Amino acid sequence: MTTFLDALTWIADPANWGGAQGISARLLQHLAVTLVAVLAASALAIPLGILIGHTRRGRGVVVALAGAVRAIPTLGLLTLLALLLGVGVEAPLLALVALAVPSVLAGAYAGIESAEPAAVDAARAMGMSELQIVRNVELPLGAGVLVGGLRAATLQVVATATLAAYTSDTGLGRYLFIGLKARDYPQMLAGAILVAVLALLLDRLLATAQDRASRLAHSTEGTP
Amino acid sequence: MTWLENNSDWVVELTIQHLFLALAAIVASVVLAVAVGRVAYVRPRVRQPILAAASVVYAIPALPLLIVIPLVLGVPLRSPTTLVVALTLYGTALLVGTVVDAFSTVDAGVRDSAVAMGYGRQALFWRVELPLSVPVLLSGIRVVTVSTVGLVTIGALVGISSLGTLLTDGFQRGITSEILIGVLMTMALALALDGALVALGRLLTRWQPRRRRRARTPLGSTEVIV
Amino acid sequence: MGIEFRNVGKTYRDGTVAVADFSHVVASHRIAALVGSSGSGKTTLLRMVNRMIDPSNGTVLIDDEDIQGLDKVRLRRRIGYVPQAGGLLPHRTVVDNVATVPVLNGTSRATARGNALDLLTLVGLDASLASRYPAQLSGGQQQRVAVARALAADPNILLMDEPFGAVDPIVRRELQDQLLRVQAELGKTIVIVTHDVDEAFRLADDVVVLRTGGVVAQSGTPQSILASPADAFVRDFVGADRPERTLTTTEVDGQRLVVDADGRPVGILR
Repeated sequence: MTTFLDALTWIADPANWGGAQGISARLLQHLAVTLVAVLAASALAIPLGILIGHTRRGRGVVVALAGAVRAIPTLGLLTLLALLLGVGVEAPLLALVALAVPSVLAGAYAGIESAEPAAVDAARAMGMSELQIVRNVELPLGAGVLVGGLRAATLQVVATATLAAYTSDTGLGRYLFIGLKARDYPQMLAGAILVAVLALLLDRLLATAQDRASRLAHSTEGTP
Repeated sequence: MTWLENNSDWVVELTIQHLFLALAAIVASVVLAVAVGRVAYVRPRVRQPILAAASVVYAIPALPLLIVIPLVLGVPLRSPTTLVVALTLYGTALLVGTVVDAFSTVDAGVRDSAVAMGYGRQALFWRVELPLSVPVLLSGIRVVTVSTVGLVTIGALVGISSLGTLLTDGFQRGITSEILIGVLMTMALALALDGALVALGRLLTRWQPRRRRRARTPLGSTEVIV
Repeated sequence: MGIEFRNVGKTYRDGTVAVADFSHVVASHRIAALVGSSGSGKTTLLRMVNRMIDPSNGTVLIDDEDIQGLDKVRLRRRIGYVPQAGGLLPHRTVVDNVATVPVLNGTSRATARGNALDLLTLVGLDASLASRYPAQLSGGQQQRVAVARALAADPNILLMDEPFGAVDPIVRRELQDQLLRVQAELGKTIVIVTHDVDEAFRLADDVVVLRTGGVVAQSGTPQSILASPADAFVRDFVGADRPERTLTTTEVDGQRLVVDADGRPVGILR
């Protein structure tokens, strides 16, 4: 209990917030890394997912590939890339993108696929182009699932960005490793609490977005 | 790959440790998730709170979880118990929703006629509901298995020995092949356990119509799970 | 003897009255049919017999014994039950489905399977189907298995809830004939719930026509109900005025031909 209080005291101490090594800087860094990784993964995976979901081709390959990527230990990818690319932020960023891609991809194609074939068929019969079908029918109907994929990817990236501090001086995870090395349990715990809170906040935020996106599908239902 | 030749005994030892840590957490997750999920299924009033709690636990990254647990349980940070507890919490959180879904897929008519034939509560659970929820349950257990085997490596960061030790040791000493062996062995372990689960699933679900099996291409042995 | 409903009623917590006040005696070794449209409480009444539903008031007696005092699970094991869509256990083979209740009662699996094979023959199924799973059978075959399963523990009572409602008319007819053959051999006390008056008239010795809320509109033999419907509701429900029920004879080529109200031939009067 005392350790817990010590950790909270450590977080509450204004001295730990300022400067390049301070909580605010590291928090922003953690957020920025997460955001960049998820955005980059989305830029790659959402178009691909839409293509797979719409054409219903190549899903088997993607599922197998995503399964294999999920089996890769994240720490392994981080350390491997760090050895190959050095201790900068590039190595963890690359690892984070690689790890986020399968979740985003799965969300995108599952979302597009979740559109009822009858609705898609009707849209085509009405004379919509394939692009219009994607934009007006499949995307609104699958938006909830797609955002769900982004949510899963974000959680994965926030967690892994914490591990990234093992190989590179990035983000909130650094407090964990400094604390671990110096046997400074309060600092380690403070880092853990900060990361956990950040992850929970982002998860809630994206859960809300997912709800909104799902409602999009329901408001579209029934309208041609 | 001379590194592997010189260290094969160590790799085998770490693989065995890794396997035991993962299996302990997987088995505990499944038992706990079935129990908690069962409660959530049977009592709709606590279902939402339980599922919400599960999504909160699941949202907490593994490493911070690993650090908080010793404080709560009073076990040393470097103890394997810490890791198994953390991964069990994680696995349970990941699986609970699937367990509720799995029980929901059991046909109400089948359940009803089983009760009408004279199945008591215990018999109904063990001999009807549990066997019938295996297909959905198993898909969740496969996800937990692959995820758990990967997460065991994180224990190496706080000094809990597993294949993850090859990752941290290889990084600190700058030996790429050591990390590569660690990654490949972890993946192999995950895929082997997953394969074992698929085989077990086939054995337990022979009663299901085999549409999926027939749809499989002759080349691909990849099972498609959506 | 038989099954007695004594002033039973069922009111749900939200205030819905499924059955208000129902009394009736089903005689042993006979087939009784409860007919009515949805909301008539017929299924509720059926499910009171094996205590799937407990009445809010009144008592159900089997052979003069109040079943409220009996252990639910044991009671169910000595009453056969055939639900609408078979309700077979999808993870058990046909033979194991039939053997379910005897095995629950402690009969050895081998003995129970042996008896199950005999029952499959009794309901007109080939023994080669025994090792199949329910999903590999047609709807009609599944329903035959369900009947065999209900008979497996040699119960005195058989409860059937719209047993042939989910199969097509031709198969339904075959299953009805099969049931009558089985009944001629075994002489069980059977309660069957159906919304199909023709089915009730075909199968039952004793028909109870129900209005909403389990109110008895009329009960008696099919003959007596058709001959003298109690009121306009029964008359309408049993279709006493339907063309195929209002037959006349006419002479054609020296034969007395029976025709319905539309003039379509039904048969020859001897």
